[in-house]
Amino acid sequence: MERNQMRRQLALIRQSFFDQGFLDEQFIQLEELQDDANPNFVEEVVTLYYRDSSRLILNIDQALERNPLDFNKLDNYMHQFKGSSTSIGAKKVKAECTQFREYCKAGNSEGCMRTFQQLKKEYAILKRKLEAYFQQARQAGPLETACRSRN
Amino acid sequence: MLKSQTGMEDGFLSSVGAEDSKMLEPPTKITALVVDDDTINQMIHHRLLDNLGIRNQVVRNGKEAIDVHCSGKNFDLILMDMEMPVMNGIEATRKLRAMGIQSMIAGVSTNTRERENFMEAGLDDYQEKPLTTSKLVSILHKVHKDG
Repeated sequence: MERNQMRRQLALIRQSFFDQGFLDEQFIQLEELQDDANPNFVEEVVTLYYRDSSRLILNIDQALERNPLDFNKLDNYMHQFKGSSTSIGAKKVKAECTQFREYCKAGNSEGCMRTFQQLKKEYAILKRKLEAYFQQARQAGPLETACRSRN
Repeated sequence: MLKSQTGMEDGFLSSVGAEDSKMLEPPTKITALVVDDDTINQMIHHRLLDNLGIRNQVVRNGKEAIDVHCSGKNFDLILMDMEMPVMNGIEATRKLRAMGIQSMIAGVSTNTRERENFMEAGLDDYQEKPLTTSKLVSILHKVHKDG
């Protein structure tokens, strides 16, 4: 596929992430930190996010198997999870985190479990989308990924 | 007290929307310490500071922040997370102030409930996470106004 076409397509895909609510303004903040000296910054941060949060997910899954649930512990895990998700602009994941914490405060086990399943879904969907996006970005060649130019 | 020596940095600073840029020292002379247990925030805050030409170091919790000062290092700006293992931001801020550290300490957190306690521990500023370039610039303005 011709480069310009790839880049146009990439820009459309990127815009859809915002339009469909997968990502928010924070992602743009990360893009603005990317430059010639740090050309893969966004991908590096996202990769780190998925690496670190996979451990958290495991911990939460295990904690959800306990009976009764330790809502305090769960809330602590989710506080961390929400923090990192916010930092990369993962809007839908962040919303599920908030919901989960509401259920923890209310001591609602079923709510927690249901929300966590939803959270994992959103988390996986975003991961697939971003992986595909970064791969396509690499194929399209060095590119100003943010719509706004820095200079 | 810190004034710009040349007009060089004005262009840079106005590009990040800084007003009153003549009052600021060339960015490369400011040093900062990032205190945060979250690896993603460490990476982002480190890069945000780098991007503004601010040399910085990253530590993982309040105790490491104390240790680095005990080793003789000093920083113009400390970005202090609140919730951290081993020693949290409130305790670390108190200890640093008790040690006589007068650096600008900006609390960076998501925990609005503890904000007052955090401020009382000795913060000069408080910003909600996640940090952005513009939040950082507003912190830096405070560094020079109080200087």
